[in-house]
Amino acid sequence: MLDVKNIYKTFNPGTVNEKTALRGVSLTLNDGDFVTVIGGNGAGKSTLLNAVAGVWPVDEGTISVGGVDVTRLPEHKRAKYIGRVFQDPMMGTAATMQIEENMALAARRGRARTLRPGITRDERDHYREMLKILDLGLEDRLTSKVGLLSGGQRQALTLLMATLQKPQLLLLDEHTAALDPKTAAKVLDATERIVQKDHLTTLMITHNMKDAIVHGNRLIMMYEGNIALDISGEEKKKLTVEDLLAKFGQATGSDEADDKLLLG
Amino acid sequence: MDFLLSFLNSLPGAAGQGLAWGVMAIGVYITYRVLDVADLTVDGSLATGGAVCALLISMGVNPWIAMLAALLAGMLAGLATGMFHTLCGIPAILSGILTQLALYSINLRIMAIGDASAKTKSSLAISVDRHSLLVSSRNIRKLTLENPLLLLALLVAAVIAVLYWFFGTEQGSALRATGSNSNMARAQGINTDRSKVLGLVVSNGLVALAGALLAQYQGSSTIDMGRGAIVIGLAAVIIGEVLLSGVFRNFALKLLSCVIGAIIYYAVITLVLRLGLETTDLKLLTALVVAVFLTIPYWKGKYFSKAVKPARKEENTHA
Repeated sequence: MLDVKNIYKTFNPGTVNEKTALRGVSLTLNDGDFVTVIGGNGAGKSTLLNAVAGVWPVDEGTISVGGVDVTRLPEHKRAKYIGRVFQDPMMGTAATMQIEENMALAARRGRARTLRPGITRDERDHYREMLKILDLGLEDRLTSKVGLLSGGQRQALTLLMATLQKPQLLLLDEHTAALDPKTAAKVLDATERIVQKDHLTTLMITHNMKDAIVHGNRLIMMYEGNIALDISGEEKKKLTVEDLLAKFGQATGSDEADDKLLLG
Repeated sequence: MDFLLSFLNSLPGAAGQGLAWGVMAIGVYITYRVLDVADLTVDGSLATGGAVCALLISMGVNPWIAMLAALLAGMLAGLATGMFHTLCGIPAILSGILTQLALYSINLRIMAIGDASAKTKSSLAISVDRHSLLVSSRNIRKLTLENPLLLLALLVAAVIAVLYWFFGTEQGSALRATGSNSNMARAQGINTDRSKVLGLVVSNGLVALAGALLAQYQGSSTIDMGRGAIVIGLAAVIIGEVLLSGVFRNFALKLLSCVIGAIIYYAVITLVLRLGLETTDLKLLTALVVAVFLTIPYWKGKYFSKAVKPARKEENTHA
């Protein structure tokens, strides 16, 4: 479903701020894979997701989603195949627009925007039903401005919007990191339900090792712009945090795992 | 008592100016509020609208067609700014300034078209006696259908109705989303560059239409009729917001509040002129009015409201 081949990305090349964030990353996701991504700060997790989403072009390598080569497509054209939730709750929704307007925009992802009405009555009923799934009371606030919602409510809404049009690939960039633990758990729970229900191919970055182990069928750990560990199947099911730290040490030949991962 | 009478006597004129500038203010609202871009093209495109309309009317063209041509000319100006910004990567403010500057030369040429004795002209007169004008300040006190207030009000209503419809469509919603959060818009598959260009095109079309109305209203188009137009437009938008944002929440009413802001602006201008200020002092006054109205909400937020609590970061309880 996702095929990343040997991608490289260097930021600010030729300056003192030069930073090579991706060094030949290759990754293939099968249909229905739910992959969690961990790694310290600067390991390249978010850069990998942004490369796939097309926030900027990669220096080398190819990216294809669902068999379509998207390497040269701009961000808004890739959106046809990709649903995204960002780390910053402010980023995924339009604050000055209503909840239903945000959802109507998301429902038209990947389609031509015409001069037909931006939202119809049937849609409203549908959105109300969808919002009930979140169990946050948003179904009674369809015409509220999104700016009035809490960070957790906005993340949950963004998640719903990302999956309203079933995406070929769902990208979650630490989407619970800015939330308090209770809300984070709730949003993560909604994520699990939606991914299972729609059988979505998902790439989820998290800072929380426990979450990375509990969720998904495959776990990858990034280190210095590449994939250091790739664990799936039975091995992933039996994984513990201690295993993970030990494996990381073996794979990278360093014992900085504790600092890099725990403090990251 | 004399003073009051003469002030009241000049109010219809202020209303006429306000309505015409209201169309311009709606254009400014689209860029400044909906798209979140400060577009300085308008100083040039207002004069372009006036020049095109005055030229065509002086050639005997039907005034409706002249206004349509002015609208299209303004849209072209917006397209130029949009291309500078999105295709060439020039910051929005600078893109607007570039187009505005270029339009100065173009407007001088437009007004001289068809005149064998001059290559450029800085003004072009159109008289209600010799040409058919849709709106003229000459008729402002007549109680007939020729009174410009009637047609101006109908035009304003039509503009608001069309925009209300447009911003409710898929295209219009995409444009609003672009202004509200361009990251979100792109993630939802919206071509934000195209949205910005479209917004600038629509906005400058309206501004040029206002220029066409003003040229007819005052009986001439001049090269500097748009000087400081952006500030007058902003003044109208902001006065409307400060006074009416509590009551007017619907999008159509927000557009209407720009027009009401423009009318209030001209009523105030009329008043201070009666109090003895010179017309040349008005730019200073307008700049001060806008500065004050922009300052009020900022200071209100800074000194008179409780600080918003920052979002709590998840504690690091990983292992």
